[in-house]
Amino acid sequence: MRKYWWKIATTVLLLYTFIGGLLFEVPRLNILNETIRALYFHVPMWFGMIILLTISVIYSIKYLRGSNPDHDLKAIEFANIGVVFGVLGILTGMVWAQFTWGDWWSGDPKQNAAAIGLLIYLAYFVLRGSIENEEQRARISAVYNIFAFSALIPLLFILPRLTDSLHPGNGGNPGFNAYDLDSRLRMVFYPAVIAWALLGVWITTIRVRIRKLEIKTQ
Amino acid sequence: MIYQFIKKEFKVEWRNKYAINGIALYLVSTIFICYLSFNVKNNQLAVVTWNALFWIIILFASINAVAKSFIQEKHERQLYYYTIISPQALITARIIYNTLLLIVLALLGVLFYSLILGNPIQDITLFLINIILAAIGFSSTLTLISAIASKAGSNQTLMAVLGFPILLPMLLMVIKISKNAIDGLALSASFDEILTLCAINIIVGAVSFLLFPYLWRS
Repeated sequence: MRKYWWKIATTVLLLYTFIGGLLFEVPRLNILNETIRALYFHVPMWFGMIILLTISVIYSIKYLRGSNPDHDLKAIEFANIGVVFGVLGILTGMVWAQFTWGDWWSGDPKQNAAAIGLLIYLAYFVLRGSIENEEQRARISAVYNIFAFSALIPLLFILPRLTDSLHPGNGGNPGFNAYDLDSRLRMVFYPAVIAWALLGVWITTIRVRIRKLEIKTQ
Repeated sequence: MIYQFIKKEFKVEWRNKYAINGIALYLVSTIFICYLSFNVKNNQLAVVTWNALFWIIILFASINAVAKSFIQEKHERQLYYYTIISPQALITARIIYNTLLLIVLALLGVLFYSLILGNPIQDITLFLINIILAAIGFSSTLTLISAIASKAGSNQTLMAVLGFPILLPMLLMVIKISKNAIDGLALSASFDEILTLCAINIIVGAVSFLLFPYLWRS
């Protein structure tokens, strides 16, 4: 029970996110209308992605310091699930953009930055696939993972702020703070972020366990 | 030590001139192909196209120029370097050398490019500063990527795949500053971009410097 509490918490928080996210009152605004609920599903994907990729980089650094194959396994799996979250983030963002900006893909700086970020991690997977020797693969891909992550930070946090963007919270557009006068949005948003991030960690731990069993049975 | 190594690189380059001549010819032919494909008469290319085309040509030439720094090097010679020079000194020397090489290449590119495709640049100083900053960024990224690709025992395709997404944010900044230089805008208009570019260069350079020893050891 003591080990499972966070999984129970994830389930409860996710149920709350879905029920609260879809049924609770939200501010009525022109253009946005009901799409403001994307805040509970689209935005937490990015939080989840950043958290998972950060954990992946930490394990890569740990691998370089200690050469423990377990750390390499965790680095790759956290990156895998992080990219899944990134893809979901782009897809949910596109659905939202279709209803508010009128186009699936309008070349907004934020959309482009997200796409470039995914390209970086796809290159990471290609690199892993191209090396036969396991120890070399772990070491070289750890180096690339750290390098790629440090190149990703300016991309995600600095570049969209320099240019004009339609995205809420950028280019002079208000973020959700401006609409959330009575904290109704926050009440679901923060639990949603925690729930989705925990779900990502949960999926990753299961994948790591499966990989370890595969290695054992080989 | 670093100085001696750079001197040695220049000597080697000077002795087998075919390598540097090959890159120069690659650059000149690409520019000529663009000239013929667009079928332009002097000064008829739109400024935006002129700018983007120029930097795409420089990007590909840079990848080819830097690729040889680790990929085309014999294993025995790498072992020899391993015994006489520390990895930090080696990567620093290589980055400085490649930066100088890229600056020379880019200057050659500008000369020939503006000769046959017209020269709309109004602020030459800013354009040159931009070239220097771009050369530093490209060389510190591509030198490490070339080391990674060479360890992966792979070809230049892998180098391009790994390098492009990391170079993209840099390239976007460079193209923007370059556009400002062509339009002759005041320096204050591109100050933000120059600062960001410098920051990205510092991050990428520092991370390359820190990570290279781990690659070198394997």
